[in-house]
Amino acid sequence: MTAVDETTTAPAAEIGSPRKRKEDQRLITGRTRYTDNITLPGMLHLGMVRSPLAHATITGIHTDDAKASPGVVAVYTGADLAAAHGSLPNAWPVTPDQKAPEHHAVAVDRVAFAGEIVAVVVARSPREARDATELVEVDYDDLEPVLDLEAAAAGPPYAHPDLGTNESATWIFDSAEAGTGSDVEAAIDQARGDGVVIERTYRQQRLIPAFMEPRSTVVDPTSEQITMWSATQVPHILRLMLALTCNISESKLRVIAPDVGGGFGGKLQVTPEEVTTLLVANRLGKPVKYTETRSESLVAGHHGRDQVQRLTLSATKEGIVTGLKVDLLANMGAYLGLVTSGVPVLGAFMYNSIYKFPAYRFTCHNIFTNLTWTDAYRGAGRPEATFAIERLMDDLAAELQMDPIELRRKNWIRHEEFPFTTVAGLEYDSGNYEAATDKALELFGYDELRSEQQRRRESNDPVQLGIGTSTFTEMCGLAPSRVLGSLAYGAGGWENAQVRMLPSGKVEVVTGASAHGQGHETAWSQIVADRLGVAFEDVEVLHGDTQVSVKGLDTYGSRSLSVGGIAVVKAADKVIEKARHVAAHLMEASEDDLEFSGGRFSVKGTDKGMAIGEIALAVFAAHNLPDGMEPTLDSDATYDPVNFSFPHGTHLAAMEVDTETGAVKLRKYVCVDDVGIVVNPLIVEGQVHGGLVQGIAQALFEEAVYDDQGTLVTGSFVDYLVPSAADVPDFITDRTETPSTTNPLGVKGVGEAGTIASTPAIVNGVLDAIRHLGVQDLTMPCTPSRVWQALQSREQGEPASVQPTNPEQTSGNLNSSGVISPEQGPRTEGGAS
Amino acid sequence: MIPAAFDYHAPTSVEEALRLLAESGDDVKVLAGGQSLLPVLKLRLAAPEVVVDLGRIDALRGVREDGEALVIGAMTPHHEVASDPLVQQHALLLREATRTVADPQVRHRGTFGGALAHADPAGDLLAPCLALDAEFVIAGQGGTRTVAAADFFQDYFTTAIDDGEILTEVRVPKHTGWRAHYEKFSRVAQQWSIVAIAVTLRSEGGTISEARVALTNMGTVPIRATAAEQALAGVAATPEAVAQAVAGIAEGTEPPSDLNGDADYRRHLATVLARRAVLAAAG
Repeated sequence: MTAVDETTTAPAAEIGSPRKRKEDQRLITGRTRYTDNITLPGMLHLGMVRSPLAHATITGIHTDDAKASPGVVAVYTGADLAAAHGSLPNAWPVTPDQKAPEHHAVAVDRVAFAGEIVAVVVARSPREARDATELVEVDYDDLEPVLDLEAAAAGPPYAHPDLGTNESATWIFDSAEAGTGSDVEAAIDQARGDGVVIERTYRQQRLIPAFMEPRSTVVDPTSEQITMWSATQVPHILRLMLALTCNISESKLRVIAPDVGGGFGGKLQVTPEEVTTLLVANRLGKPVKYTETRSESLVAGHHGRDQVQRLTLSATKEGIVTGLKVDLLANMGAYLGLVTSGVPVLGAFMYNSIYKFPAYRFTCHNIFTNLTWTDAYRGAGRPEATFAIERLMDDLAAELQMDPIELRRKNWIRHEEFPFTTVAGLEYDSGNYEAATDKALELFGYDELRSEQQRRRESNDPVQLGIGTSTFTEMCGLAPSRVLGSLAYGAGGWENAQVRMLPSGKVEVVTGASAHGQGHETAWSQIVADRLGVAFEDVEVLHGDTQVSVKGLDTYGSRSLSVGGIAVVKAADKVIEKARHVAAHLMEASEDDLEFSGGRFSVKGTDKGMAIGEIALAVFAAHNLPDGMEPTLDSDATYDPVNFSFPHGTHLAAMEVDTETGAVKLRKYVCVDDVGIVVNPLIVEGQVHGGLVQGIAQALFEEAVYDDQGTLVTGSFVDYLVPSAADVPDFITDRTETPSTTNPLGVKGVGEAGTIASTPAIVNGVLDAIRHLGVQDLTMPCTPSRVWQALQSREQGEPASVQPTNPEQTSGNLNSSGVISPEQGPRTEGGAS
Repeated sequence: MIPAAFDYHAPTSVEEALRLLAESGDDVKVLAGGQSLLPVLKLRLAAPEVVVDLGRIDALRGVREDGEALVIGAMTPHHEVASDPLVQQHALLLREATRTVADPQVRHRGTFGGALAHADPAGDLLAPCLALDAEFVIAGQGGTRTVAAADFFQDYFTTAIDDGEILTEVRVPKHTGWRAHYEKFSRVAQQWSIVAIAVTLRSEGGTISEARVALTNMGTVPIRATAAEQALAGVAATPEAVAQAVAGIAEGTEPPSDLNGDADYRRHLATVLARRAVLAAAG
């Protein structure tokens, strides 16, 4: 290698640079291969027969016609496969006495939700597999389905009759018992006497992750090692869990997550489909592929949210909060997935948010129903918590007739109070809520919009204006292993990285954090380019294959940068230390006399120096190394974070409500996020934008609705309304940068922030627009119909809140969907035009 | 999302298409863009043995004048209708409505005749055709016949087109210089109309002289608001006067109840949106 020139000795420049993403060309031009693009010689295809019923006993399965169908190789039922695997894994038994039903990949004698697999067809083509699934006849005896969360909590009937209860677990945190605060009942009693008590019940509707790439799995059992390609966020966890579940030696299994088209938590799972594909491939000894349809994805991939939150907040009349009590019902759906039971627990530490509550109690009841299983969905527990507290703070401000920003200022942790131990027992390392809020208010034009709001109220304008506030924080960067241990989670929270110096001076970085759209390849290249002083283009980032990235805990919980990125830093630093040893030897200098800057070791006070690439070549040749040194600079680091990361920010939404139609329009959205030091502002901006839209979607658009038989009514994107760019305004985003003090880069997570923050900002804004008209609450999503109904109820003197959609109103009526049922269909475009 | 197997034909003339339909028996579907048919096939809500694709019949594509009528070929894509200068000049309402159909991808693949023959009551082109007194030219083995819009839309997803026939063109009486507005109410941009109001009118000096009004998704077929049209004639284009003229526009309608709102809500919406549509059209 030639000596580096002077320009590369300039200070670090990559971190903070808005580099365009390396991965985008192959993704945008369609050159990459997703799992479904993988084709192997002799590959067979699966088709799943799924239960149309939410709860039923299987009394017979007739497969003869399907077996005789063209191209069909085999048909398996649950009974055929049950002996080959154990119950699908739940890695988070939140209490020692947690109850869970046996979860087979293919149902054996009973189905517990509509969409559950009851048989699997193996055929030579996807079409033949699909054709034959229609020939499998299943006899069912109906059982009473358990569909309503609150009724289920009271039970019977039971979603799993053998359990004798619908309650999986009850998990409690109490600040008085934990020694992190005082007794909440005393605080509430006190406030009932001389303060103010806000009691509310909020509903977190059920959401569907709706990633772009449907789930897909290919298994090749023809080599010594079985290879699985899967559209997963968690190849490493999947490998371990499949080995345990299917009784296969972990060393015999290789899992590859190729480019994965989004996940949002929806691909943080060990799925029945993955297990089935593996079992069938093993049994037949041939490569097998299964790719779900979008309809299957919506009905059978795990869902998110679905909680009822009963909340009590106490405060003084001056608006100082004194206590918070949270009582949750969390809908598990039919089964416990990988972290289903832990999702509400992840929220337990966040209800107090940025406020100095002296007393706090959290209780969560995990409840089974005969609906699709739930599990992690972008934010997982923390959006629910943030929604609750930010709604409560706005409701308290309204009760006290106080500006919601002023109320928050009175209660939040001031920047000089960090590090701050919260009533939930977490230590927030850093933050500056004042700075983010001041900046947001200025960008928003807060005072001006308040004036306009007043004018519209006074003139009785049909379009009313509301301002919604959300000053959120969240815990992410999952997670310190000892904390996970204390919460009974089944694994640790570390991450692994390797940095390999190639003889040519190029660098390979291997990360255990498996990207599914986030841009790790770009961000990790920037980190390593700065650290090692090499060119951004000279760094290759490898991930997502357990044969390449041998150790890892994957991507979820906004952990990749603040855990995985730090592992990369640690591995790069080890490379530098090894190279320093060699450089000292080759330049005949003391290691203490070497300086490393811009990729070059220099001997202090001389013009002698060597670039790290030159050292890499010398180590490759290994002709002249220090005695006893292994001829390699390659390094490996496993980093366990000492704390969570606590991004925060202030989000403000200006909402227009058309009181004549109930239509809600997001007019202006400002957010100032503090995610610590930013590695790539372009990627951060993308994460914030996408996150915002996903949170706004919960507030206004998305809801998984079931009918009174437990059939998913919103079973296509015609009815499950995922918003697009056309449905939101340009966002005004900005940042403050308060470095995290618990990691060497000063970074915090950003993957979930926008989603966590935006939902309450939107709903608070809608309510602020019409609260003076007597509307106190709205159920999400705040559809035009619901808003209008709430306004009508107020006029008729009824309680001004709106109940969730009545399934009976909707069942079987899909006419506005444009998708028609067969009996309506003799003339679908047909006979016509 | 894999359709059941079917035989596929792509004729290049209407005659060939009709012959194929005749030969194919009962279990045949006509593909006219496919923006509704393909999802239905993929979801296996329909599994025809034969699909006849009209996409290669050039004679069915384009907009032309024929005396006092504007003639729109059934296979003209939405975006061509929306950007056609003749449509803008003589049937502005069609342009306004077509621009709101779904998203750009659908507007480039979906066709004018395909949407009308599909006859989804939430579709955006039915009410404008009804308001404009369009005529539908239907070809069959025995020749062609012409059906008035009022007779064309018969029920939910059902039109006057019989088995073995195809819609070839739509003849729209010229409404040269008429102003128009299509007031569509939906929750997200690409969604079907929850309710929409089609209005085209002439006005002089702030007074409405003539108006045509029709409602989308307020029943199983589009609804012509004849009483409102009469009430609007001679009315000043002010919010109060227009509101009064359209106050009864939803009376007697039986709109659907679904996730987007119940029938009462839709009737309320129709009344509000009608006022707005007329005022917007009157400019």
